[in-house]
Amino acid sequence: MSALSVHAPVLLIAIPLLGAFAVPLIGKLGRGVRDVFVGLIAAFTAALAGLLAADVFGRGGAASVYVLGGKPFNIPLPSGMTAPIRILLEVDGMSAFMGLITALVTITAIAFSFSYWKKRSGGNMYYSLLLLLTAGIFGMEMTGDMFNFFVFLEVTSIAACGLIGFRVWLGRSQEAGFKVMTLYTVSGLFVLLAVGLLYGEHGGLNIAYLAHGLTGGLIDKIALGLLLTGLAMKAGAVPMHMWAPDAYGEAPAPTSAVLVANSQASLYGLFRVLFTLFGITVSAATTGWILIGFALLTIFVGVTMALVQNDIKRLIAYGAVSQIGYMLLGVGVGLATIVAKPAYGLVAMQGGIFHMINDAACIGLLFLVAGAISRAAGTRDLNKMGGLAHTMKYTSVFFVIGAFALAGVPPFNGFASKFLIYEASFKLSPFLAIIAILSSILLLAVFVKAFQGAFLGPRPASPGGGEAPLGMLIPMAVLTLVVIAFGLFPGFFVERIVTPAARALWFGRDAYISAILGG
Amino acid sequence: MNVGNLPFIVSALLVVLGIYTLLFKRNLIKLVIGVSLIETGVNLFLVMLGYRSEGIAPIYTFAPAGERMVLPTPQALTLTSIVIGLATTALLLSFAVFIWRHYGTLDVHKIKELKG
Repeated sequence: MSALSVHAPVLLIAIPLLGAFAVPLIGKLGRGVRDVFVGLIAAFTAALAGLLAADVFGRGGAASVYVLGGKPFNIPLPSGMTAPIRILLEVDGMSAFMGLITALVTITAIAFSFSYWKKRSGGNMYYSLLLLLTAGIFGMEMTGDMFNFFVFLEVTSIAACGLIGFRVWLGRSQEAGFKVMTLYTVSGLFVLLAVGLLYGEHGGLNIAYLAHGLTGGLIDKIALGLLLTGLAMKAGAVPMHMWAPDAYGEAPAPTSAVLVANSQASLYGLFRVLFTLFGITVSAATTGWILIGFALLTIFVGVTMALVQNDIKRLIAYGAVSQIGYMLLGVGVGLATIVAKPAYGLVAMQGGIFHMINDAACIGLLFLVAGAISRAAGTRDLNKMGGLAHTMKYTSVFFVIGAFALAGVPPFNGFASKFLIYEASFKLSPFLAIIAILSSILLLAVFVKAFQGAFLGPRPASPGGGEAPLGMLIPMAVLTLVVIAFGLFPGFFVERIVTPAARALWFGRDAYISAILGG
Repeated sequence: MNVGNLPFIVSALLVVLGIYTLLFKRNLIKLVIGVSLIETGVNLFLVMLGYRSEGIAPIYTFAPAGERMVLPTPQALTLTSIVIGLATTALLLSFAVFIWRHYGTLDVHKIKELKG
């Protein structure tokens, strides 16, 4: 275990954060220097996430604590209990797994941005905000403390809205920025109120310490409700999804995928709260079914709203909203059955968690394709573009692969994870699986329509940009490879990275607590 | 003076008022005020959590025995939350300024490029 992987949890936050504030300065030296700098930061961060994952999964996904400051992080209290002090980061299989997703999405988005942003102004602001967003997302995933989680949540909120709205010359981006910022702030304040309630009740902010002291009383239940609402709102679950299509649709194309990773980080926060913080102290079946309710609504509304869109990015954005539903469904089924712990509950969890990385890869791919084709066609309106397959052969293949993967067609990765979800949710109630499968089929119809609108038809009269430049094709190709690899060898990845992550949530509550409190 | 649970009721009222503003007002500036109201309510709640009646500020290396002190942690939380609130309010207001420049109105019902 090298020194780098020991310090990876904090470096994952510190490196992008320092990079974010250095970018405007380094940008003064010229675009080339800045791009190299941003690329180095992104590559180093991704390598750290990989190291951390190798380390954590090497230990089977067990929780480990990283202490900022001196070594003894526990003080014994007169009552015989120990209380954690100092700033603590706690990493287990689930955190490392989320770190991998974030690294994959950010590095491809930043690589794509180099050529996407070549002829546009505002690059310094763009990279600065993007790195800040990355730092915030990693912070949410690594922290072991509820209040720090809130702080990182707000860091991502502000950076994300900056990214959506920093192009002040576009009216739509301002409208989207205002809407998203309002809802992000409200969701953050719900979380803060819940953190305040938990602090007042149990006198601590550390997740493990709180989890140890939770009794499931009235105040705890109110806090759970607030956390559930706030985090589901920030993840874009229906009926609190109104901001999501605006955010994904109006942000610069490469960053839409990072915004999806941000939503997934909120989802991670929700899972952490439900499994590690609360566990079975409140009725897990009830919360599980609430989660399933959110999930079905999200799947169904997301897909039906995608059907009526004519804007390519908005269409993909609604697709992204519906995929959040599948993750909620898988994990909801797991939570609903956690007390009895039947085998299919763990399968559902694996499906939901596996779907997170699959969704990040194929939604990321689709948003990058959308960026490439809207650049070539000069419009995002599906009715106005057409015939792009004549000039953009590779891009159209990438789009088909991404769309099939998202709709859950074998042999791509979306099928692998959705199949686990269908199988397990069918065991709980066939109705759940039926809604999920029907929505997937509808989603396929949506993307057939989008493909027909954008790529098929006669050769466009005005010769657009032609094939996307190599700088855009390579990140798309990398994501396509991930989509295909995860689809062809799902067993390999499920066993190596998904199962430890799912087990860390399902079985890992006691280990998570004892890593901090000892004993 | 003992004020009982009054501050908690006030903070709950502020939050409810803020949510009401967000749901039923149409002017963007009023929406920003609504967000600020919720924020103030939450901050008041946090400060109240650590308050002890007749307590003193806990600025000691070694605390003398028998002193009533207010809890320092909620105050640190509130400070952080105020700073975050400043950033979000500034960002929201600057969005409102640019929306005014683009559309010439602050009425949410008249700004509807992003519907559906």
